[in-house]
Amino acid sequence: MRRQIPMIITFFVGALIIVSEFIPHRPFGNLSTSLEGWFLIISGFAIILGQLSLFKVNIIKIHRKAPNWPYFIIALVSFSIMVICGILWGTQQQPGLLHTSDKMLNFFGMKPFDYIFKYMFENLSATMFSLLAFFMASASYRAFRARSPESTLLLIAAVLVMLGRTTIGSTLTGWIPESLGFLHLPNIASFIMKYPNTAGQRAIMICAGLGVIGSSLRIILGIERSYLGGK
Amino acid sequence: MKIFEKFLHIDRRIIFLLILLGVAIPLIWTLGFNLEVTENVQSVYDLLQNLEPGTRILISFDYDPSTKPEIQPMAISLMQQAFTLRLRIIATALWPMGVQMCNEAYETVSAEYPDVKYGIDFINLGYKSGGMVTINHMAKDFRSTFPADAGGNPIDEFPIMKGIKNFDKIGCMISLSAGDPGLKQWVMIVHDTFGKPVAGGTTAVQAPTMLPYVNEQQQLVGLLGGLKGAAEYELLINKPGFATKGMDAQSVAHLIIILFILIGNIGYFATRKQKPKLEAK
Repeated sequence: MRRQIPMIITFFVGALIIVSEFIPHRPFGNLSTSLEGWFLIISGFAIILGQLSLFKVNIIKIHRKAPNWPYFIIALVSFSIMVICGILWGTQQQPGLLHTSDKMLNFFGMKPFDYIFKYMFENLSATMFSLLAFFMASASYRAFRARSPESTLLLIAAVLVMLGRTTIGSTLTGWIPESLGFLHLPNIASFIMKYPNTAGQRAIMICAGLGVIGSSLRIILGIERSYLGGK
Repeated sequence: MKIFEKFLHIDRRIIFLLILLGVAIPLIWTLGFNLEVTENVQSVYDLLQNLEPGTRILISFDYDPSTKPEIQPMAISLMQQAFTLRLRIIATALWPMGVQMCNEAYETVSAEYPDVKYGIDFINLGYKSGGMVTINHMAKDFRSTFPADAGGNPIDEFPIMKGIKNFDKIGCMISLSAGDPGLKQWVMIVHDTFGKPVAGGTTAVQAPTMLPYVNEQQQLVGLLGGLKGAAEYELLINKPGFATKGMDAQSVAHLIIILFILIGNIGYFATRKQKPKLEAK
């Protein structure tokens, strides 16, 4: 019964949502709206569950002294500081449990949570993402070699799009007369993005869409049961 | 021929150093290369320009600080254009940190527009988890999806929310998105199901995946792709900002990458015929 009851609920809810898409009237439309409301509530609780899971996983790794365990301490301390600041003094728009004194506001210029978010988290996040530029440069140098006709094609397309998507591309071929506008680098880059890229992306999207329909039907019909846990 | 072999094995630290200089120097001294406005960006601009003053538009902040350098300039430019045209903005977020991104953009822009009042011309409804289901629920019952704004005040208190029950009274929808949930989900519900115009701004990495939606059916009216899209928008509204400055840095970085690709290929072709001989020895 531990598996059958969830499977029956999944079948009932899945079938109801599909039917309500085709018959958006009573009772299907109302039931579907209610189920969506439930989903929003459950997904809110899922965030709390995720935070608790993060805490548990990190504590286990610290306890077992897993490789690089001091980093997990830093993660937990940072997480705790943000949670404590948020609960005690609130955020820009939300009040906290304690009153934010003028002294504190004068010191930070804003509430502690907002201060940490703006001056630490934002910059650290952007730095992590920006590091990609360095790795991409190094990887491009090593990977883009004209070893075969296919890789040569990829290389040429990559260089044209890279140039065309920058201001240098416009400057380099800006002198080309309008009658030869198709040779202008931004136009070449737009052509590559608009036709070959879009055609490829559409093929991927259609295949992914069919895959989603297939796996959803497998879940609704009880063929795919991995979401229930176990084998 | 040793030099060509060296071309194949350039120390990555040299590449990193040149990229660092290539990005940093143009950020300090502007180079001012030409910038051209592309069709997709022009379409987003025209969409807002053609709306009547007072129209309410929905902007969703579906990104976080990691993509702020690319997407925040778009948010600022869109807000500047909207407030200049006296359009009213209802802001939401499908990403938790989108709320702060929205607040920061509003703080930056509102200083330029003292007439703009919170609750009348702008409202931040905050974050709601659930992705596509949230959008679908907004379309059926906006007020129960967002009963209060980000500060916890009931939305009935704000004139901007008067009469908003679903997407019917929304002029257009713009999603500033760095992934899922984001622009794709907004297109699927707001345009494909309810026929409202949708436009968007994404990171440069994500832009190619969204281009199929810019089609004859106008699933997406237009798309701002990465920093270049943001810089083009700044040019259109005639308010050059961070994106315009950042484009020089990005252009030089691209040029350095292309130079290294070229060097790598010269080394590869120059040493290709030698390799069998070397192996035979």
